[in-house]
Amino acid sequence: MTNGPRIQPHAIQEITTHTSTPDILANAQRDRERYGLDDVFIVDVDSHHSELASWPEIISYVEDPVLRDTAEQMMLHRPLAGKMALSSYDPGLALQDAGARIPHQSNLAEPIPPGDDHRDVELARRAMDAMSIDVQVVFPQPMLGIGLHPDPTIAVPLLKAYNRWFVEHILPKDPRIKSLIALPFEDPQACLETVHLYGDNPDVLGFMVTSQRHAGVHRNEYMRLYAELEERGLPLGFHAGPSWKDTMTSTMNRFLSVHAMSFVTCNMTHMTNWIINGLPERFPNLKVIWIESGLAWIPFMMQRLDHEYLMRQSEAPLLRQLPSDYIRQMYHTSQPLEVTDMKLLESTFTAMNAQDSLLYASDWPHWDFDLPSRIMNLPFLDRDAKLNILGGNARKLFGL
Amino acid sequence: MAISARPVAPDIVVARSTDVLEGRRHLVAVDDVHLGLFRFRGKLYAYENACPHMGGPVCQDRMVDGVLERIEDDRTSRGMTFDEDDPHVVCPWHGFEFRITTGEHAGFSKIRLRSFPVTEDGGEIRVRL
Ligand code: FES
Repeated sequence: MTNGPRIQPHAIQEITTHTSTPDILANAQRDRERYGLDDVFIVDVDSHHSELASWPEIISYVEDPVLRDTAEQMMLHRPLAGKMALSSYDPGLALQDAGARIPHQSNLAEPIPPGDDHRDVELARRAMDAMSIDVQVVFPQPMLGIGLHPDPTIAVPLLKAYNRWFVEHILPKDPRIKSLIALPFEDPQACLETVHLYGDNPDVLGFMVTSQRHAGVHRNEYMRLYAELEERGLPLGFHAGPSWKDTMTSTMNRFLSVHAMSFVTCNMTHMTNWIINGLPERFPNLKVIWIESGLAWIPFMMQRLDHEYLMRQSEAPLLRQLPSDYIRQMYHTSQPLEVTDMKLLESTFTAMNAQDSLLYASDWPHWDFDLPSRIMNLPFLDRDAKLNILGGNARKLFGL
Repeated sequence: MAISARPVAPDIVVARSTDVLEGRRHLVAVDDVHLGLFRFRGKLYAYENACPHMGGPVCQDRMVDGVLERIEDDRTSRGMTFDEDDPHVVCPWHGFEFRITTGEHAGFSKIRLRSFPVTEDGGEIRVRL
């Protein structure tokens, strides 16, 4: 008998939408061992569950009886509306999976044995275990586009229904699952009510504005909301989202182009309004997080806004520091981290003081997700900075 | 003339010829090294199932022909088509596409899969790790 290598066919010859999360992420085990990730406290500040699978349930939470009936009739008589009724989902976004080249973006259709908890809770657990994540901030998917809904009288009640459903069915089911609750931003009063409803929930780490295109974040009617969040010590996130219908993206013919520009300009717009209107001065203790746009745009914004501000100070009289100083005091999530030029990335980290302000995010199960090893193998960071970014900064920010 | 003292690793029988049909692949584990074997127009290729991007299971996703954009003499675009001479394998984690015949990223050849010499004889496929 020889002691040759053990040869066996791989149990999974092809990864499809039906492959289980642990099998899709099996190769992440190498990083886990290489970097000792099990001993690192990792907070994932941006990940997603698929609320469309529970759409009829969510619709049952819509309070307005007429709207609820409209949705229920839609689902009854238009089979394709079963997972979409009332939503403004942009069909172009179905191109995200690059023609089914990236199966986990298309769907997580893996079998889950029936149990006490919702399927999405088990999916989140599987992802956390595979990536050694200790705490995961979970967001919806298509509902993130709610800021693009053409009709606020649908968008607001729909988001309220989703939030109630999420807080009852997903959030309390695992102590590792947390969230920043999405605000029905078109309606400032409803935003305040949302904070009053969920602000004391220990699993609610803060609130967020989603993919908003049509509201200036500096408008006076939002000041009570910001004051409320500041008083409660709850952070406000801005989760960017893509749209093919922005004036700029409407000329684009490839999803790649829309994705590259749309997230970034969404956050750039709000950040510009936020800073130039002096909101960091009006709410000095309100913590702001910019979510899901990578980091490459940040040094650009620092230089661009500083440059303009110095020439036109009279248009931003509330500012007491340079725009770049305010940016440095804000938080950013890391994903999708642009790593094609390490020197540029290192300069970006330095410019934004990343070691004290950057928060690791996976964005799982989206197609451009980042593993924790993305941070661990950055050559220019020392270990303390890596641990801060993976979990230490989030621990401080959210009081975890 | 210097003579290399480096020992040559033996070829390891990793599969039968019939395991890797024309235009298909076969994933095999050799201890803890996972390999993707591919056959295209009779020739065999062997790559490690670890993506140079972030370590993803690069040999386990869709095999799909490379995409070309058709440009006319007047430089107008006439849309996309598949190149049947250039099969790709896609990494399921983030979509990096690699040429099965060379192991290089289809758009940036400096990024490549780790490949292994592969031979076939007497119905057996051997790989040198
Ligand atoms: S790990 Fe293969 S594309 Fe990212």
